[in-house]
Amino acid sequence: MSVLVFIECADGKVKKSSLEAAFYGNQVATQLGTSAVGVAIGEVAADELKNLGQYGITKVLHDTEARLKDYVSQAYVKVVAAAAEKESASVIVLSNTNIGTGIGARLAARLQASYATNVVALPEISGETLKVKKTVFSGKAFADEVLTAATKIIALKKNAIEVAPTGSAEAGVEPFTTPLTDADFSGTPQETIRATGDVLLTEADIVVSGGRGLRGPENWHLIEDLAKALGAATACSKPVADVEWRPHHEHVGQTGITISPNLYIAVGISGAIQHLAGVNSSKVIVVINKDPEAPFFKAADYGIVGDVFEVVPKLIEAAKALEK
Amino acid sequence: MKILVCISNVPDTTTKISFSSDNKELNTAGVQFVINPYDEYALTRAIELKESLGGSVTVLNVGLADTEANIRKALAIGADDAIRVNVKPTDSFLVAQQIAAIAKQEAYDLVLMGKESVDYNGFQVHGMVAELLGWPAIVPAIKLDVAGTTATLEREIEGGKEIVQVALPVVVSCQQPMSEPRIPNMRGIMTARTKPLKVVEPVSSEAKTKTEAYALPEKKSGVKLIDPANAGELISLLRNEAKVI
Repeated sequence: MSVLVFIECADGKVKKSSLEAAFYGNQVATQLGTSAVGVAIGEVAADELKNLGQYGITKVLHDTEARLKDYVSQAYVKVVAAAAEKESASVIVLSNTNIGTGIGARLAARLQASYATNVVALPEISGETLKVKKTVFSGKAFADEVLTAATKIIALKKNAIEVAPTGSAEAGVEPFTTPLTDADFSGTPQETIRATGDVLLTEADIVVSGGRGLRGPENWHLIEDLAKALGAATACSKPVADVEWRPHHEHVGQTGITISPNLYIAVGISGAIQHLAGVNSSKVIVVINKDPEAPFFKAADYGIVGDVFEVVPKLIEAAKALEK
Repeated sequence: MKILVCISNVPDTTTKISFSSDNKELNTAGVQFVINPYDEYALTRAIELKESLGGSVTVLNVGLADTEANIRKALAIGADDAIRVNVKPTDSFLVAQQIAAIAKQEAYDLVLMGKESVDYNGFQVHGMVAELLGWPAIVPAIKLDVAGTTATLEREIEGGKEIVQVALPVVVSCQQPMSEPRIPNMRGIMTARTKPLKVVEPVSSEAKTKTEAYALPEKKSGVKLIDPANAGELISLLRNEAKVI
C-alpha cells in the first residue's frame, strides 16, 4: 500500500501545483502509515524530480518514452494506472488542473475508484473510507465527500494547503516504462500555442482582474502594469470577455475559470454572484470600485472606493517602490 | 453524423445557495433550474454541426422527471429527440455509467457535454464516459470542427491551447467560446412538444462517493477601506498586514 502522486511537468520543470500535491500526498501517507511515491511523465530535469524529496516524496517513477512528450489522456492514464498497480496505491493524488482532472476521471473509471475534485483539506480517515472537504456550487459552498471504494483519487485545489518543504533528502528517481499502443496516442496535439511572457492565470499566486469599469481595452495597461509590478497574472470579468476586450481564457467566474490565488485584486468589477463564485476561494480579496454600493465590497478584505483611473496609477507606483 | 449531447439540470447561476437545516440537501425552494451553461455550448455546437453536415442530435439527461422542462428546452433549441435515464444523479460514476450504456446502443460519432456542471463541479463525467467506451476524450475543448471521419479541435491548456485531430468517435467536453448559445423561438417551442422523449430505466451501478454534508463559507469579517487619496497604503497593508505580496 502507498500513496501515489501524479507529478505534472511543463517546460522541463515540476509545476508548483504538483509540489502542493506532493506535500499533500506525503501528509496523507503519514496518516496512513505508508510512504508517498511520485509518477512523472515526459521531459523533466532529474534535479527537479530529486527535489521532490523535500516535499516528502521518497521515490519517483519516471516514464520518458518519446511519444509521451505531449499530454494525451489515454496514454498518460495507462502510465499512471501501471504505476498505481506497481506501488499498490490505495490513494492517488493529482492537482486540480486540466491535465490532472483529465487523468483523474479516466483513472477513476479504469480502477473503479472513488474520485473527488476541488479538494481543499486533508482527509479524515475512518477505517477503509476517507472523508474529504471540497468546494461545490462553483465555490459558493463546501461539501464533505466520503470516498468508499478500495482506491481513492483526490484532485487537490491550488493554494488549498500550506506547503512547508522539509529536510534535504533527495527523492530516488527510477526509470519506468509502460507498454503503450498507437491507439493510446489518438488525440496527440498537432500544434501547441502558448501565451508567452505572462504569469499563468491558473498557477498565479496574485491575480489582477479588470471589469467594465476600465471603460475600454485601451485602458488595460493599468491592469497589466499593476500585474507586472506585483508579479501577478491578469484576468477579467465575463462582460469584458463577452465584448472581446480580453480573450475568453482570462474570464474568471462561475462559467469561466475558477481560481484560488493568495491575492485577488478586482478593479472596476461590481461583483455579480457569478463572478464571486469563481474567485471567492482567494485568500485575500481587494476591491477597487467607484460605487460604494458595489456588492463585491461585502466579499472583500480590503477596499478602495474611488476612480480606478486615479487609484490604480498610485498602486502601480507603490508596488514598483516595493523591495522585491 | 449522429451526436449525443448530455445535459444536466443545475440551479440558475444567480442562485444564492442554502441548505436544509441538517445540511444534507440543497434548499431548492424558489430555485430555478436551468440547462448547465457549459452543456449549452455543447448543445449549440452539436446543432450547428447537424445543420452544416446533416445527421441528428439526441439529448440525454440522467435525472428524475423534474428535469423534463429543460429537456424540452433543448428540443426547442433544435435537438431532434431526447432520452431521460430515470435515476437520481447522486455520483459522477453512476451518471457516466448511464451515459456509456446509452452510447453503446447506437453508433454515435460524437458524445458532447460541458466541461463541468456548475453545481458539483466534478469535471469527471466526460473522462469516465470516454474510459468506459474506450474512446479518446478531448477536454476541455474551445473549438470543434468535423470533416469526414476526423474531428479537429482546440483544447485549452494552462496558458494556451493545443490543436488536436482525432478520428471519430470521440468524447468532447465544451466551454466557451465553442458556440453562442441560442434562445428557443416560438416555432421551436411548438415543435419540441411533439419530439420524442424516451424514458429509460437505469443500468445497475454503484456510487463510489457520497456527499455527507454541505457547509457555507465563513462570512468575511468586513472590508477595511482605504482612503483613495492614499491608495498606495494598500500596497504596504498587503505586504505587512495580509502578507500576500
